[in-house]
Amino acid sequence: MNGWTAHTGMAVCLDVDNIDTDQIIPARFMSQPRVDGYADFLMHDLRRDNKGTLRPDFILNQHPNASVLLAGKNFGSGSSREAAVYALLDSGIQVVIAQSFGDIFASNAINNGVLPALVSADDWQTLHSSCTTPQLDCKVDLNTSTVNMSDTSIPFVIDETWRLKLINGWDDTDLTKEYQSQIDTFRARRFEANTWAWPTASD
Amino acid sequence: MTIARTMLDKLWAAHEIVQREDGSSLLWVDRHLVHEGSHHAFAKLAARNLPVAEPALTFGVADHYVPTRNRLQITDATIARMINTLQSNTQQHGIEFMGLDDPRQGIVHVIGPEQGITLPGLLINCGDSHTSTHGAFGALAFGIGATEVAHVLATQTVWQKKPKSMRININGTLPFGVTAKDIALHWIAKLDNSGAQGHAIEYSGSVIKQLSMEARMTLCNMSIEGGARFGMIAPDNITFEYVKGRPYAPASAQWESAKQAWRQLTTDEGAPFDREIRIDSVDLAPTLTWGTSPDQAIAVDGYIPNPAAYDDAKAQTINSALEYMDLKAGQPIEGTPIDQIFLGSCTNARIEDIRSAAAVLKGKRVKVPGLVSPGSTAIKAQAEREGLDRIFIDAGLEWASSGCSSCVAMNGDTIGSGKRCASTTNRNFRGRQGRGSRTHLMSPIMVAAAALHGAIVDVRSLSLDEACV
Ligand code: SF4
Repeated sequence: MNGWTAHTGMAVCLDVDNIDTDQIIPARFMSQPRVDGYADFLMHDLRRDNKGTLRPDFILNQHPNASVLLAGKNFGSGSSREAAVYALLDSGIQVVIAQSFGDIFASNAINNGVLPALVSADDWQTLHSSCTTPQLDCKVDLNTSTVNMSDTSIPFVIDETWRLKLINGWDDTDLTKEYQSQIDTFRARRFEANTWAWPTASD
Repeated sequence: MTIARTMLDKLWAAHEIVQREDGSSLLWVDRHLVHEGSHHAFAKLAARNLPVAEPALTFGVADHYVPTRNRLQITDATIARMINTLQSNTQQHGIEFMGLDDPRQGIVHVIGPEQGITLPGLLINCGDSHTSTHGAFGALAFGIGATEVAHVLATQTVWQKKPKSMRININGTLPFGVTAKDIALHWIAKLDNSGAQGHAIEYSGSVIKQLSMEARMTLCNMSIEGGARFGMIAPDNITFEYVKGRPYAPASAQWESAKQAWRQLTTDEGAPFDREIRIDSVDLAPTLTWGTSPDQAIAVDGYIPNPAAYDDAKAQTINSALEYMDLKAGQPIEGTPIDQIFLGSCTNARIEDIRSAAAVLKGKRVKVPGLVSPGSTAIKAQAEREGLDRIFIDAGLEWASSGCSSCVAMNGDTIGSGKRCASTTNRNFRGRQGRGSRTHLMSPIMVAAAALHGAIVDVRSLSLDEACV
């Protein structure tokens, strides 16, 4: 995964609360291998009518090049499906700004280089008023933890580890290797002191 | 002086390998459950050519995509591919696999406890948000995404920051017709669907102590619908009775020492929680959802909310849910006609759920069609031994095999667009049960009652033998 420190792109607003991961990607698309690309599935049933035609009034249809999404509360709640992040990423969305996120969605986003930027209710309103029309030069800066658009600079909150992961493009599996000896010691101790914690062999 | 600790503190400490300066903990994973959806994670592993670190602690089961009818000749190529992929991934890595022909097959969160894979004191991960179910045993259990699944496969560990602690105390005695599902929908409606975000919930109080393991699992299962990744209940004699003798549970030589260790897990007297919620059981009633999010729930004798009574943002949310659900503001929810029912899922398809629904339906005919899919193949067999399948079939419902089925509708068991379904599942999201489907979440006895009337009805108004419910 490549790290990044600043992103500039078009910001649009999807002012709907509780866009759960079932809406971000309906379950029926999740059997696809990742290499096939997930862009077409992003918010599929919100974006298209029953015949599969793109709805002209849906913001992401009007501005398919948007890369910053100002979203309603509780974005990404529900199912743990990481495919929701794949659909965003494959559609070019690098940053989602909201007042709250589903916990599992937020960590999935970080693991794929997508920033879930948490902002206060007041700051969300400020962004919302400048985002009534798409903002072409929205700049999101991980060094300063700010979203900058139309002369305003809004701070966002992000866990420090997550910020560093995004900047450095760190992969947990690589990081964890450094702790292999502690893992081995822990494992040995756990099963010595707690033999019950190992599954009884099936016959 | 020792510091009073919560169950979360104790479970966390028991699994923490290291804590980094930034506060993230590397935790040891005792059990890892994988299903068809784990194909992304296995692909990540293959891309890096990594082995599975602990195949003996990993268990695979087919549930999300499995057909519930005619399952030995799968005609859908995608479904067949998903199941085959899981089978070959597990085989390649030496992981125990429970496929369609295995009598242990079932929904991952049902079979974990059923097989004794789930135990008190363990850390359990699965790439599924309802992994919180296993917390009912006093385990640290939470759902993870595909990258994390790959990490657990490769290292048997997971990075996690310790969540805040929250206790939901429920005291009193459950009123007639009220179940664990109603408790869950009640607190989620009270706190809202993100009310417990960032927290691990411990359920406690006299009501919880009286609940069966099946009911405790229903409650912990729904934790995620209030935003909490973890739900847990202190293990006690009811837990030990359930676990004892299960295939993977500690054998007799280890049983006493295991039990002794498990008894230590309970929250110490006076241990502080970041948040405490109190619910009095007299305030509980059969509860169901009217909207498109699990917190949009009301008591069955309540009224569909009127947006006019709320601020703009909330009114907008209510209006759009009402539009999707085709319901009118301010009307009683009782009497709303339904098109079909679904009794299944990891929330409410255990033997006790099936027995209670059967008790409502016994000797009667339903007015609308519906599907009953037991939570596991073993539960299906048990129900058939008890003659419960006949009750459902004679009532006019379809008795099917076990899987996630209409809960997520990946296997083709979809609810049609515009159709209204009374469902024992956990999510009433837009399109969850199929594009345009309208889901009302409720308990198994409420679903059975709705089937009899072809409409939403207060199960307490039916003349039932109280002892059955
Ligand atoms: S039954 Fe539903 S909620 Fe449970 S594991 Fe299956 S899809 Fe997920």
